[in-house]
Amino acid sequence: MTQGFLAKNPSVLIFLAALALFTLAVTLLSHAYGVSFLSTSFVKTLGKTLCLCLIALAMDLVWGYAGILSLGHFAFFGLGGYMIGMWLMYARTEEIVVQALSGAPLPPTPEEIVSGIGTQIFGVVGGSEIPWVWSFAHSLPLQLMLVVLVPGLLALAFGWLAFRSRVTGVYLSILTQAMTLALALYLFQNDSGLRGNNGLSGLQNMPGQGAVTQDQLSVWFLWASALALGLGYLLCAWVVSGKFGSVIRAIRDDEQRVRFLGYSVESYKLAVFTLTAIIAAIAGALYYPQAGIINPAELAPIASIYLAVWVAIGGRGRLYGAVIGAAFVSLLSSWFTGGRAPSINLGFYTVNWVDWWLILLGLAFVLVTLFAPQGIGGLFDLWQGAKHPKRRGAPLGPDDGSFQEKEAVE
Amino acid sequence: MSALLEVSGVSVTFDGFRAINNLSFNIAAQELRAIIGPNGAGKTTFMDIVTGKTRPDEGSVTFGERSVSLLSLSEAQIARAGVGRKFQRPTVFEDQSVFDNLMMALKKPRGPLAVLMFRASKGDARKVRDLAEEVGLGDQLERKSGELSHGQKQWLEIGMLLAQEPRLLLVDEPAAGMTLAEREHTTALLVEMAKTRAVVVVEHDMDFVRRLDCKVTVLHEGSVLAEGTLDHVTKNPSVIEVYLGRG
Ligand SMILES: Nc1ncnc2c1ncn2[C@@H]1O[C@H](COP(=O)(O)OP(=O)(O)OP(=O)(O)O)[C@@H](O)[C@H]1O
Ligand SMILES: [Mg+2]
Repeated sequence: MTQGFLAKNPSVLIFLAALALFTLAVTLLSHAYGVSFLSTSFVKTLGKTLCLCLIALAMDLVWGYAGILSLGHFAFFGLGGYMIGMWLMYARTEEIVVQALSGAPLPPTPEEIVSGIGTQIFGVVGGSEIPWVWSFAHSLPLQLMLVVLVPGLLALAFGWLAFRSRVTGVYLSILTQAMTLALALYLFQNDSGLRGNNGLSGLQNMPGQGAVTQDQLSVWFLWASALALGLGYLLCAWVVSGKFGSVIRAIRDDEQRVRFLGYSVESYKLAVFTLTAIIAAIAGALYYPQAGIINPAELAPIASIYLAVWVAIGGRGRLYGAVIGAAFVSLLSSWFTGGRAPSINLGFYTVNWVDWWLILLGLAFVLVTLFAPQGIGGLFDLWQGAKHPKRRGAPLGPDDGSFQEKEAVE
Repeated sequence: MSALLEVSGVSVTFDGFRAINNLSFNIAAQELRAIIGPNGAGKTTFMDIVTGKTRPDEGSVTFGERSVSLLSLSEAQIARAGVGRKFQRPTVFEDQSVFDNLMMALKKPRGPLAVLMFRASKGDARKVRDLAEEVGLGDQLERKSGELSHGQKQWLEIGMLLAQEPRLLLVDEPAAGMTLAEREHTTALLVEMAKTRAVVVVEHDMDFVRRLDCKVTVLHEGSVLAEGTLDHVTKNPSVIEVYLGRG
């Protein structure tokens, strides 16, 4: 990432500056480090929104640039959340158990601690054994590795199977939905070892940081999320800026032609799919400690569809469009569904936004797809168009007497 | 001189319909060859087979001095082995600039990692500029290729093929949709290209083929009907019948 890269992509600098400014402003308005203007729960909402922006970036890379309409990226997001959640829950429970046992005359043996943790965590699903999937949960570094490895390997295996057999278009989207559904159903089972439909909870508590308040933690996580989003943006911008970006956009537009140029389309798709799955997982690992709880419902297929809607509304094929779409729609969505939007009384019928918001969103999606395929990001083109008039004119070249193009169509 | 491309005994059937029927012929390393034949003769299907898009039911296709079988390679591997293809319809990446289109085609490592790390050197940029100059798009480098005229898109595609530095070039109906002036330019390009590599041109237009002034293969119902100079094959009674039969 040289200076040349930033100089050639001024939007990256603008984005990073805006993100830094936003983070600073929220910090100064927070309870812990500022004037207490924003509630801690709102700071958490903003932090979570940054994570959603990060997964939207991933979605834009895989869909907007490479043309793979994955409707399964929230599965990777959720898996990332589960992976970090396991450590949070384990380490926190360990603290509690050790504290509870410390009153006893003899210091507790490791076995006693482990069995205490098992009973604490798995009592709700009628067990006390710690399942093998929790083997690494005692160690933060190992579990952090799993945040990347588990979703990454799942994406790699799924992508390898799907792309190798040249599944494309709608069929691929359906396949990704099936993957998400299968994963959610699996996690719903008690014997998946991840507490079934109870999911993991208490994730907002940082093990070993008992003295740190939620007010402070919320700002810390906001910083971490902003940092991740900034780095993610840099990475994505760098990936799409060069020849790699050229090739994946070409794959989106005509993958057969790219094959005849000698590029192995499948490896590119696999690389992009896996990379974006990892970005999604990291976003999830930052999101759920702020949400405090994760359960299999988070991996519902509909979540991944929302993701596509955000990116479409924001404007796919441009990174800031995805970020704007995710931030705008998810904040609006939590405003409408949080019961804060005033109901509209039409006399004969009261429009209750909690019910009507989805319909509004669906309508917005249809309208954007039909009339403004560039999404909100397209507004920036209008604004820039005012400065540089479009160069597009009538096609050059003598066309008199030439064949119609349709005659040359295979 | 040994053949660069050897097609022998190739047949392919689509839903019971034999599109290619026991087709055999050779192309030398530096040769310009025209393939003519009525609609549905199997000309495009022949190109599909050589480039790996369609797998034949039987027969063999070998390429290069070491007679590598192309039938076991993927499209991308065949392209990297040195077979370039120009489609009947101009297919360039309309969303991207002429420069980016050519840069993508430029012969360089094609793996994802190498491409991710790739940054164009001055030499690469110059090569792209020279290529654009050669196909007559020297002043269009920054334009989106979707804005080019039909003929210019055809040349851009030819430029991209040159950038790939293929040893065998398959060109499907290059003159379709071109004006007379554009056709002349295209003929000159093809003749020039065939000096250093093998070029196979599929074309309907007899005047265009005449201007290429090369050996002609006539395809009919998936196999070779006649081969030789244009004057030779047009005197062939069965060729006359096939073409007159077409109306
Ligand atoms: N994928 C396919 N499935 C079924 N039939 C096919 C397929 N591809 C080609 N054909 C048939 O095979 C025959 C040969 O087609 P091909 O496109 O090779 O002809 P062509 O010589 O290129 O004709 P044209 O001059 O019209 O381009 C045609 O009858 C066509 O309908
Ligand atoms: Mg054809």
